[in-house]
Amino acid sequence: MNALLDIAVPGSSACLHCGGAVSAGESYCCNGCRLAHRLVSDLGLDQYYRQRQFDPAQRRPRPESDLPGSDLSAWVETSDDETSGRQVAVLTMMVDGLHCGACVWLIEQALLRQAGVIAARVSLSTRRLTLRWQPALVTAEHLASLVESLGYRLVPIAPGCLRNRDETELKSLLRAMAVAGFAAGNLMLLSVSVWSGHGGGMAPGTRDLFHWISALIAIPAVGYAGRPFFRSAWNVLRRGHTNMDVPISLAIILAPSISLYETFTGGEQAYFDSAATLLFFLLIGRYLDLRARRLARASAEQLMALGGDAATVISDDGSLRDIPARDLRSGQMALLRTGSRVPADGAITSGESLLDVSLISGESMPVKAAPGSQVYAGTLNLTAPLTMKVDKTGEATLLADIRRLMEAAESRRNRFVRVADRVSRYYAPFVHVTALLTLLGWIAIGQLPWQSALLIAIAVLIITCPCALALAVPVVQVVASHRLLKSGILLKSADALERLCQVDTIILDKTGTLTLGRLELQPGYNPEALAIAAAMAANSKHPLARAIARAGGDIVPAGNVAEIPGKGLEWSSDKGIWRLGSASFTGQPDDGSSDHILWLTNPSGKAEQFRLADPVRPDAAEIMAELKKIGSVEICSGDRSAPVQHLAEEVGVTHWHALQLPADKVRRLEELRAAGRRVLMIGDGLNDAPALRAAHVSMAPTSAADISQNAADLLFQGDALRPVILALNVAKASERLMRENLALAVVYNVAAIPLAISGYVTPLVAALAMSTSSILVVLNSLRLNGRRSRPRPIEYATSKIRDVGTSTATGIAQTQRAAQ
Amino acid sequence: MTILLYLIPTALVMGGLALTGFLWALKSGQFDDLDGAAQRILFDDPEDNPPKK
Repeated sequence: MNALLDIAVPGSSACLHCGGAVSAGESYCCNGCRLAHRLVSDLGLDQYYRQRQFDPAQRRPRPESDLPGSDLSAWVETSDDETSGRQVAVLTMMVDGLHCGACVWLIEQALLRQAGVIAARVSLSTRRLTLRWQPALVTAEHLASLVESLGYRLVPIAPGCLRNRDETELKSLLRAMAVAGFAAGNLMLLSVSVWSGHGGGMAPGTRDLFHWISALIAIPAVGYAGRPFFRSAWNVLRRGHTNMDVPISLAIILAPSISLYETFTGGEQAYFDSAATLLFFLLIGRYLDLRARRLARASAEQLMALGGDAATVISDDGSLRDIPARDLRSGQMALLRTGSRVPADGAITSGESLLDVSLISGESMPVKAAPGSQVYAGTLNLTAPLTMKVDKTGEATLLADIRRLMEAAESRRNRFVRVADRVSRYYAPFVHVTALLTLLGWIAIGQLPWQSALLIAIAVLIITCPCALALAVPVVQVVASHRLLKSGILLKSADALERLCQVDTIILDKTGTLTLGRLELQPGYNPEALAIAAAMAANSKHPLARAIARAGGDIVPAGNVAEIPGKGLEWSSDKGIWRLGSASFTGQPDDGSSDHILWLTNPSGKAEQFRLADPVRPDAAEIMAELKKIGSVEICSGDRSAPVQHLAEEVGVTHWHALQLPADKVRRLEELRAAGRRVLMIGDGLNDAPALRAAHVSMAPTSAADISQNAADLLFQGDALRPVILALNVAKASERLMRENLALAVVYNVAAIPLAISGYVTPLVAALAMSTSSILVVLNSLRLNGRRSRPRPIEYATSKIRDVGTSTATGIAQTQRAAQ
Repeated sequence: MTILLYLIPTALVMGGLALTGFLWALKSGQFDDLDGAAQRILFDDPEDNPPKK
């Protein structure tokens, strides 16, 4: 045994590997941790323990001695390396349980010490491990089990899923931005020389040389960096619509073209710098906007991936093989590990466990699964391994039905025309007609040759170029999403803020939305009994047991505890058998009043009672009162009438609907839409997901089901409902700013039109007009940051992030760090 | 004014180098994991076992 294993920090009761609670005198909480610690010191990576910092929102790195590792070959891509002639395999996996840089370092170094590993790279932002190795020397399973034995969970990702569309788009925007920035800087250098030359007597030859150099830089740069705008403008034009990108594209194509003509003919005026600078500003706005939203979306997508795309199939000879869930076939036998999601619909053939079905029914209490019981894809296996016979897979499952309902709701959602596009609908034709009239006017009335008239007409187009107009909305969007992020609200869809402003009806789900969606121990228990109950409960994953264990604080789990699924826990202590569980299990009178009562009996039969409840969010009543000032408030719940009515009265809401199926909620939303109402839906369960999509705009707490987080337009963190009000306020403020910006930009541009029509616009005037209007718009948008509407909820929301206790919280904390 | 013949190309080449450098860094994935990059410098590569190429 390694000497290091004998060192225990004096007075510490934390496990040396995972930092969890341990029994007195022990250094490790379990054998897995003992082995992991030995592995780390054998590899010489002890630095990990000195430098790591635990992130309380992540699961502890406690290795799960669950079942033998299984086959990963479906996810491995093998290719021949050209230079060495050896085979190289590549595998990408999602890592669950990354706390900090030390985890990244530990995983990478441990893998690099294995023979045959060529490269191992963990990304802390995307939580992905990319592994390259020589398959002749080592297997994927060996490498994966090494990382798992250190206490991390790995989920393989199919190679096709990696090329995320957002990420590629973000990279191409960044490239375009770099090119535009380079061009803008250099062109400005040359243009300023030319402008000063106008006063200082620059020779025409030098000026033309400068114009030629500018043309050489500007034309390829605009051609490359302008592609995002050209593409979008072309797409809408083809469908017979118009948006802001149409006048932008026109301006950034016309400005260099006419300047090129001027350069050829030795003219005085070239607008190369205006085109490049405009493009640079616009690309910055667009990049920031997309980036803020991608971070929000990525955290929801990661949850989906961790949810279990993999299924473990048991072959006829009893061997285990991991395959993507979509490759499951009806009739196959699948193994359901503890803590994994059920991959398909089917029936249990062996084992006894509890299933968390909250994704499907919204029911918060787990149901018992035994041979013969039906299970549905998306439910979570809580307590013990099960085997199931697959019946329906993929598109035939109940989960897929709900997804289809969601997509149908989505397609009926009215097409929302963003305010900037509404403005450009009027602005673009106005500008183009003005330019045309200028051209005709100068030819007909002014008796100018058509070349000169065209120059003036194009000057009109350039001066009215919607630079500030195009920045007016994205800049507010970026400032607003940053402001919301600081308060724990993630903005997922681009038009959510504009949609939020129109809300006049608010519909809320009950469980998990108005309530916290987790059980808490109610006062009136015996503290001594709680200590024993908590030590027993620490062994179980049942929600009631976990609530008890949480209430007990930092306790040492009791040994010798057996779990009887659907009944309770049994602890064989020195003095006899203790029981923690339902009334019937512990032999107490069952009054049938509530599911949320646990009994603890000692060996002599003395009983103690624990009451648990799903508490209402602390500020629910206050927030409901504020929401009523904005619009009518309703509660739509899948729960029974009595609890819904009770809760509605408690928070002061008069309209409520109970026993609502997912389809009923969608129907209610459509009724309201038909009546001309704009509904904000707030919900968290899978059963709310279709409704979240059907509503005008939707919010979900970050404790929500992964699909619901994906479906919602905004996500909020923490135990308070205050973020809902905050989001509505920020949306109102940013709507006002967007309108101000648009008005400012229009006024500015329109004021310059007479100047342009009369032919007095030089490139210097154009550059000045454009930059000042853009700067004004940006400064005006920054005022959103200065507004301190209510500082209190901000502190509240951030201090509660840690309590969410899911991987989302870290995903979001990450997002915040990345965005700051 | 002949100095322009040196200065302008110099300015363009310097700007171009910076642009190429940025595009190379972007392509080689240096902007993929900004969180990780910030933490990585805190950890040494153990000397007795340098990472393999």
